[in-house]
Amino acid sequence: MSTIRHKLLAVSAATVSIVGLAACSESKDAAGAIAVTATDSKCDVATKEAKAGNVTFEVTNEGKKVTEFYVYADGDRIMGEVENIGAGLNRKLIVKLPAGEYETACKPGMKGDGIRGKFTVTGEAKDVDDPDLKAAAEDYEQYVKGQTAELTTKTQEFVDAVKAGKIDEAKALFPVARSYWERIEPVAEIFGDLDPAIDGREVDLAEGDEFTGFHRIEKALWVENDTSQMGPVADQLMADIQEIVKRIDETDLNALQLANGATALLDEIAAPDGKISGEEDIFSGTDLWDLAANLEGSKAAIESLRPVLQKRNPTLLSEIDERFVTAEATIAKHKVGDGYKFYKELTDEDKKDIVTAVNALKEKTSLAAGELDK
Amino acid sequence: MSQKPETATETAPSGGLSRRQLFGAGAAGIAVAAAAGAGGYAIADTGDSGKSALDEPVKFWAEDNDGHQAGIVTPAQDQLHFVSFDVITKDKNALIGMLKQWTSAAAQMAQGREVGNVATKDSSLAIPPQDTGEALDLPPSQLTITIGFGPSLFDDRFGLSDKRPEALADLPHFSADSLEPEISGGDICVQACAHDPQVAVHAIRNLTRLGMGIVQVRYSQLGFGRTSSTTRAQPTARNLMGFKDGTNNLKAEDKELVRDHVWVSEGPQWMHGGSYMVTRRIRMFIELWDSTNMQEQQDIFARFKHSGAPLTTGSDDPKKEFDTLEFHAKGEGGNPIITADSHVRLAHPDHNNGARLLRRGYNFVDGSDGLGTLDAGLFFIAYQRDPRKQFVPVQTSLAKSDVLNEYIKHVGSGLWACPPGARQNEYWGQALFS
Repeated sequence: MSTIRHKLLAVSAATVSIVGLAACSESKDAAGAIAVTATDSKCDVATKEAKAGNVTFEVTNEGKKVTEFYVYADGDRIMGEVENIGAGLNRKLIVKLPAGEYETACKPGMKGDGIRGKFTVTGEAKDVDDPDLKAAAEDYEQYVKGQTAELTTKTQEFVDAVKAGKIDEAKALFPVARSYWERIEPVAEIFGDLDPAIDGREVDLAEGDEFTGFHRIEKALWVENDTSQMGPVADQLMADIQEIVKRIDETDLNALQLANGATALLDEIAAPDGKISGEEDIFSGTDLWDLAANLEGSKAAIESLRPVLQKRNPTLLSEIDERFVTAEATIAKHKVGDGYKFYKELTDEDKKDIVTAVNALKEKTSLAAGELDK
Repeated sequence: MSQKPETATETAPSGGLSRRQLFGAGAAGIAVAAAAGAGGYAIADTGDSGKSALDEPVKFWAEDNDGHQAGIVTPAQDQLHFVSFDVITKDKNALIGMLKQWTSAAAQMAQGREVGNVATKDSSLAIPPQDTGEALDLPPSQLTITIGFGPSLFDDRFGLSDKRPEALADLPHFSADSLEPEISGGDICVQACAHDPQVAVHAIRNLTRLGMGIVQVRYSQLGFGRTSSTTRAQPTARNLMGFKDGTNNLKAEDKELVRDHVWVSEGPQWMHGGSYMVTRRIRMFIELWDSTNMQEQQDIFARFKHSGAPLTTGSDDPKKEFDTLEFHAKGEGGNPIITADSHVRLAHPDHNNGARLLRRGYNFVDGSDGLGTLDAGLFFIAYQRDPRKQFVPVQTSLAKSDVLNEYIKHVGSGLWACPPGARQNEYWGQALFS
């Protein structure tokens, strides 16, 4: 995992606090922005109720500390967040919320559980009413289910091989199992607690954090060449995967999440700390598998949205299609058999081609969300 | 062929408001702050209710610039962001579409406008803003955006090979050139100059974004502190060696010289009214220079460091900066005061068949290298009518014998055909592509 995790979760518009702008930028199906006044000790949310659909919060930080604002569903699932709201600043969070009970939270100092409050959403969300959007979301949910099923199977095979000390077999399974994860990574990242345990990179750990999950075992396989100590880590990985798969399969996705997820997956590739940095699979060098899976996952989300986009903006869709072709070609040329070259075999020119193609693609995928509210 | 005005899809989305209108009163204070940082000459208060020249846009269209592009004889601004692109599409129409978008976006930005809306409509909250926003509330800052086409664009990809001007002949290898391919060449370049670096960066960033999928950035260069003056009203600025640079530069007021040495009127019709640009990234060995004695420093430039007056005037007097360099003058022992291998002698028109350049370069410091020495120097930019008769002979003689070569290294190079300005219903380079 990298640190890119904002796009699927919410559309957070970092609007500069210009009164004239803010007043005319409310979302259509929300009654109006809900004012949130955050201080270092309080989190006043102007109303505790909203109708299902896009809910807009306008957060003003009147405290001295930098703050964050979150909307959580049951089990602290993050529905939306805005980070880094400096003192005196005003930020907007637009989040699509189906009917249900939620919690809002301000986090002065960006630490801890935050100052919580109840928040209730009633009625039906717009995209439940819109058959095109509903169909897109359901189609993608099916895709996700297919991936999670394979993720479970392949992770089990991987874990078994690790525990049996079959190092070569485990090495071969590592990038395969991860592909299923990487295709749906933004969905997995909704579950903020499990994602780092499963997919955290060693460099991202803070002092005192335990190194667990795929990348811990990767290090054992490629660096230590010894998995004898990996039994508990492997068991925990399997348990975490089973838990997150259960949660993913229970999650209702909406079309806006698909559109944002398609771009978030491309960010996973091309951001400076993304797969292109070669930091994801630093021990194994199997980054290209992950990178290809991110691209496939992004395409799957667009595929689910295809009927909607075809109807609403066929020009944009054909531009997205063309740019997928180009991006796929930059990665496909590094295919070897069923897999990919090791990352260190790529030249800087190869990497530049990938970044260029993926950046060009996401300039277009980032416009898809704008078609869903029409 | 007659060209219809750009259609909506080919035009950059139009921002209705200028950045400053949008932000109203708050901008006045910023203008004052920016003016203070930009040096007094070009941005002097016009006395019109506190409006400074930073608020006065430089006109973009050919109709207002005698048919030329802005950013060549325009008084040199203080800040540069230069970028070289490789074209990655094979589709000529896609390239033309981008040039149309760029032209209208450049015209808007020169006016101090956005390249599109910045989150002013409901629907735009779900998608990224069209303009990136960092120039909001900044005045036009005399922004000019100038385009050039490199020799590599004239290969067989777009059917332009028979339109390549002879004057756009690849530069030869000069003695001691240490050119790095990744910071040399390119198919298309854009020079953005402004009095505020953020305005110049905003221009390049937004054009780059509009060009995604069509072009790929090959390299870019930030520059600060113009090292040349292009009008007589501007004082001569200094390069990082601490010397006044460009005292004898071509100036906009020298209309006949500019006509004869800068603007193209031969070769293919599409370049008439254009100019050829040479760019060189010249790394200076700053630490070496700084421990060089004053005599050698002054001998190289044949000028007094403080005043810029020629050494042959015998006095370090600012009033003598523009005095003639007396190449025949002899000093002690009958040796020429301006030595045979001095930079000034080798570069002077008198020793290069009268060749003159309109220089428009900038200092750069790109941090430091791994050894703790400054990665700094001069991003040399020069405009001319025919590089074969101007830059090439001058640089050939400099590269061979200039004492200055001990202190510098040419690491990047570019040659560009900058077409004439676009008229209001045209796009950049239209005559080349149609």
